[in-house]
Amino acid sequence: MGTSKVLKKDEWLKVIEDLRKGYKVFVPTKEGDFHFFREYKDGIRPDLNFSNTRLSPKGLIYPQSERMFECPLSKDQEGAFILKESPKDFGPQLVVGIRPCDAYGFLIVKRNFDNPQYRDPWWVRRYESTTFVGLGCNEPCPTCFCNAAAGGPFGEEGLDLLMWDLGDEYLIKPITEKGSNLLAKVEGKEAQDGEIKEAESLKKESQKKMDFSFDITPLKNKAQLELFNEPYWEDVAFSCINCGTCTYLCPTCWCFDIQDEVYKNHCDRIRNWDSCMFPLFTLHGSGHNPREKKFQRVRQRFMHKLKYYVDKYGNGIQCSGCGRCVRYCPVNIDIRNVIGLMCG
Amino acid sequence: MIRYTEKIRERARELLGQGKVDVFIGYKKGTVPLMNQPVMIKRAEDVDQLLWDSNCCLNLANYLTKRTEKIGIVANGCNSRNIVIHILENQIKRDQLYILGIPCEGTIDHRAVLRAADNQELLGYSEDGKEFTIRGAGFEKTLKKEEFLRTNCKTCQHRNPVIYDELLGDPVPENTEVDPFSDVKGLETQPPEKKWSFFQNLISKCIRCYACRNACPLCYCPTCFVDESKPQWVGKSIDPIDTMTFHILRAYHCAGRCTDCGACERVCPVAIPMRQFTKKLNKDAKELFDWEAGLTLETRPLFDFYKTSDYNEFIY
Amino acid sequence: MKNPYLPYPVKIDDIVVETEDKNLKTFKFVFLNPEDEANFKYMPGQFAELSVPGKGEIPIGIASSPTEKGYLTFTVNKVGVVTTFLHNMKVGDIMGIRGPLGNWYPWEEMEGKNVVIIGGGFAFTTLRSSVVYMLHPQNRPKFGKITVVYGARNPGLLLYKQELMEWEKRDDIEMHITVDAADDPNWKYNVGFVPAITEQKVKSSENAYAIVCGPPIMIKFTQPVLEKLGFPPERIILSLENRMKCAIGMCGRCNVGDQFVCKDGPVFSLAKLRTLPPEY
Repeated sequence: MGTSKVLKKDEWLKVIEDLRKGYKVFVPTKEGDFHFFREYKDGIRPDLNFSNTRLSPKGLIYPQSERMFECPLSKDQEGAFILKESPKDFGPQLVVGIRPCDAYGFLIVKRNFDNPQYRDPWWVRRYESTTFVGLGCNEPCPTCFCNAAAGGPFGEEGLDLLMWDLGDEYLIKPITEKGSNLLAKVEGKEAQDGEIKEAESLKKESQKKMDFSFDITPLKNKAQLELFNEPYWEDVAFSCINCGTCTYLCPTCWCFDIQDEVYKNHCDRIRNWDSCMFPLFTLHGSGHNPREKKFQRVRQRFMHKLKYYVDKYGNGIQCSGCGRCVRYCPVNIDIRNVIGLMCG
Repeated sequence: MIRYTEKIRERARELLGQGKVDVFIGYKKGTVPLMNQPVMIKRAEDVDQLLWDSNCCLNLANYLTKRTEKIGIVANGCNSRNIVIHILENQIKRDQLYILGIPCEGTIDHRAVLRAADNQELLGYSEDGKEFTIRGAGFEKTLKKEEFLRTNCKTCQHRNPVIYDELLGDPVPENTEVDPFSDVKGLETQPPEKKWSFFQNLISKCIRCYACRNACPLCYCPTCFVDESKPQWVGKSIDPIDTMTFHILRAYHCAGRCTDCGACERVCPVAIPMRQFTKKLNKDAKELFDWEAGLTLETRPLFDFYKTSDYNEFIY
Repeated sequence: MKNPYLPYPVKIDDIVVETEDKNLKTFKFVFLNPEDEANFKYMPGQFAELSVPGKGEIPIGIASSPTEKGYLTFTVNKVGVVTTFLHNMKVGDIMGIRGPLGNWYPWEEMEGKNVVIIGGGFAFTTLRSSVVYMLHPQNRPKFGKITVVYGARNPGLLLYKQELMEWEKRDDIEMHITVDAADDPNWKYNVGFVPAITEQKVKSSENAYAIVCGPPIMIKFTQPVLEKLGFPPERIILSLENRMKCAIGMCGRCNVGDQFVCKDGPVFSLAKLRTLPPEY
């Protein structure tokens, strides 16, 4: 996939700035105490000196609220009651500074949105038009466990380019053809052996700092009903307040709702992120709710990530170990403990 | 405040052991520093999980709604006030509860602490009297608790529990010197468009996760107005109008009931200063009706009764 | 890329009030574009999303049979926002249909077998589709004995009454219509709950499949009857309902274990369901 290049940090940032001519560029930027991915417009200051963004970058491919279709609702208007796709921009996007866990997260989600039977046209098109420039983690957070759940702090899967922070410089490694083509156009010196070795050792050092691990075998081998009927779920769920923090911040939670909204004589069909934590998620029209109780909803979230997904796709758990739910759960429900219980 | 931990464990062990309570609700140490976890203990041998320190921030009244057992619970000032409201609003019965009262010296603003650590994740936390120590990868800092109190704790007027079966320590002096509404007063003098943009700015990062609502012990409605479908009052997208409708209606639903426990603000994943929505209502309740929520079981809640002397200038 | 969320535009061609309480109406739809009709190839047991712009979508079993060309029918119970609005719509109104969705009854597996159809209340819709499908001259030879047990609370709540009477007269299908109670002294069919009538009338499970659709309580009490009759769980076929939005296995809410009711179902054998969490 071509050779890696090394650029001074400010040179590379200049390259990113110039790439705005061909791409809609997204960069991490600090707002208040946290970082968010924002479109790199004038006035936005990219800041690659961050642990991770508060929200996962899933919204760049899959916005929290997205107009799907629209139509007029009065009979005298042409096309009344016939839904048509809302216009959307699928121009090329470039996401710079995405962490390997979050890029891997898109691969996990892709199995849902892009399968042999159905393809979600908006997710697929936006994903395909996006180039991901990852930033490896020299200092993984204590709550992160990407080495156990995904490809580790310098994992390459899901990225087109991977950046190493070497202090004053970035080493940039092409991963895919898309990334390689982009990097080929960038002026910069080829990475030397010394720099490649330094990058390798950063990767090793970082991996060493991560201490959570688990074996997926019990998750595969235990029957769904066995795990479902375990006695620990009520205790796991006790402190849960059934908010959407875990699911909305998660890079691999994809559930959504579809809502029609009417303004004057115009209908918009909108999809919004939804959460299995909310009772409304499964409420039948009759009033019956198959997951009426809090612990049932908490169980669903973990069973989905750690069992149903495992069974359905045979490709690991539905979690990339980004640690957001661990860090930001207001009542400290820690998925690492639940993995321990389920594997035990 | 760590000194309460042993007493809580001792009394919880006895209460459970003697069958005076079926379960005991308190806090345990979280897996992440500054994040303690509400816990329900069912067996006397498990009481050593219980803990009290300056990170016991989620309001435990949340976990009482419609429970049927006999429950032991720890309560500082704000927990106890919300227990009072729960009892008055028929969400739990007084005789179901055995309350271990905790005179509270305030809890810590985890965001401010993390800011002091340059927003690096912590590996350890310990406290000793008026100081606490945080530890992370390659750093350790000892900080003064009074400089890192949550904003509602800084102005709290009811640090001692208002209802309890036992008090686990001597009452602490109440904070009478501070004005809890100084920020509201600043906002009140602004013209309407400034006020509006203030609130618009507050919600600009809201992701509609409802953590604020769900952490609030007042928000126990079986179906919240935002979840109603017949009719649907509020849209579900992140359109600012819908988001604002949610926040303002929720705040009004808490009028005369809010104890300023700060749970809403504590849990927000994008750090919206949620109390700004309820504080003006608290101020009005205090100034116009001489009302503070959850202080006594003897009086019906503000909206349950009227006096002829009530403020009535809004009636034409 | 075909957009699986985009409904086909359709026109309401006819509306029939099915039940005395007027809570159930059968809507007949015709496609606005002939090529959409050609694309809408379905089998009995499948469902579709009825899409009312401005109100939303609802998943409803297809009541017509693929042997009935040129239109689709759906029998809709008035419960929520969309169905209430739909009940007030008129012949000629334009809306959308998205589908066909989900799997279908195991028609290939059932070839050469006896088929027992057991339905209750307004869940007879895809069963109606199935009966019409099997009775079609081209299909009838493929199946053995066809038995139908269909019950409602009272005669006024039975769906498709005219067709039921016609089927009664045929000798290539055995009909057991029943009601929980009847005031009508002229009621000449059975009185009794569906599980009891099943036990009385269905004599044999030999070489037979049972397809069961109805309210949860009916299903609960019919299962043991069928097992007593000797139906193995692999040959007891059920159709599930769960709240749905996307209906193509993406939005995440209708799952029962790792199976999506919308995409992997709605049709499951009892044997399969016994391996899954009972979240429906």
